[in-house]
Amino acid sequence: MYTTDLRSAEEKRKAARAKVVEDPEKLAEFQARIDRDEFIEPKDWMPEAYRRTLIRQISQHAHSEIVGMLPEGNWITRAPTFRRKLILLAKVQDEAGHGLYLYSAAETLGVARDELVDQLHEGKAKYSTIFNYPTLTWADIGAIGWLVDGAAITNQIPLCRCSYGPYARAMQRICKEESFHQRQGYEAMAALMRGSKEQRRMAQDAMNRWWWPALMMFGPPDSVSIHSAQSMKWKIKRYSNDELRQRFIDATVPQAHAIGLEVPDPELKFNEETGHWETGPIDWDEFWAVVAGDGPCNYDRMDARRSAHDEGAWVREAAAAHAAKRAGTRAA
Amino acid sequence: MSNENWQLYEIFIRSAKGLSHRHVGSVHAADPEMAIEAARDIYTRRNEGVSIWAVPSSAITASDPDAAEELFEPAKSKIYRHPTFYEIPEGVENM
Ligand SMILES: [Fe+2]
Ligand SMILES: [Fe+2]
Repeated sequence: MYTTDLRSAEEKRKAARAKVVEDPEKLAEFQARIDRDEFIEPKDWMPEAYRRTLIRQISQHAHSEIVGMLPEGNWITRAPTFRRKLILLAKVQDEAGHGLYLYSAAETLGVARDELVDQLHEGKAKYSTIFNYPTLTWADIGAIGWLVDGAAITNQIPLCRCSYGPYARAMQRICKEESFHQRQGYEAMAALMRGSKEQRRMAQDAMNRWWWPALMMFGPPDSVSIHSAQSMKWKIKRYSNDELRQRFIDATVPQAHAIGLEVPDPELKFNEETGHWETGPIDWDEFWAVVAGDGPCNYDRMDARRSAHDEGAWVREAAAAHAAKRAGTRAA
Repeated sequence: MSNENWQLYEIFIRSAKGLSHRHVGSVHAADPEMAIEAARDIYTRRNEGVSIWAVPSSAITASDPDAAEELFEPAKSKIYRHPTFYEIPEGVENM
């Protein structure tokens, strides 16, 4: 998802037209550094396209962390126990931290955080499609931690070795924090599956709704994902969408079975020869519709983001006033 | 109102007593004290630190990566600064 290019064909064409001509010698030198597994640091020379790809990807990733707080935040006040409430609060707070580490990494590429946040609020930036689905019951919180954070981890682990130093370092920090996110979600699902018939039904219903969107988080199939080749060459991306998706499926199906959940896919089968789980076809029309803004919650998410920003204006004003007052006291 | 004119601060954290502060990232803040408070929330949620430094990003002078070759070359050629350069007779210990 985070490495997925979510731009429309028109947006991609526009970007291609804006291409800058780079010095071939510098380009070759740059590629040689990447091939030697060196890290690229903020002040190093880099091709404009590398810089732009990273700004787009890192900011899209940061936006996903921030918007990702909304579906889960929906349940903080209604968590079933105090323990679950503390856990959920800590998790959502972590996601805010992840967003900030990533904005901080993006800023090293010469873009201002304000600018990126404005792009999001103006609807010009993309974020992971998964956060445009609603959290209808408490079981959705379990499903998100287990499946959504699980898919995110699968995607993010290779990014810890990506060629851009600040992004790689932010990802290492994030990955360290993510593992509790997945475990707490799975634990919540397992608890429901040990519960009443109604609780088991609720868990299965959440599984049914989140399974396919979670698989879509890895982005379109390799057969149509043209943009990946360049990112692979630059070591911004190290595995293809389909490879990562398969890794996630193989890890997750047995976890579902272990707690008695069914995978909502009549065509799912284990291939003894390859040792992989094979799924039925993914509905890519749904994916592209959600990218284009037709998900169940696209409007709500942006509305919530914008009003949080607008209603928080007084906090920024108060901080500025406080800073001015403190500076006055210091000067006196 | 946006926080456009807030300074960017580079954040350094001492992870445990006895170790140097290490760069962990940056924060935007209206003043240095608030930078420390923001850094506490962002970079030490799991007890990662015992001390925080916030330094205005603009106050940092960095070496030029294009000049790295000239800058570090003098040290590269002085291998006699490392103990492994010296030969010690067989059987001599504690050195
Ligand atoms: Fe996260
Ligand atoms: Fe997470």
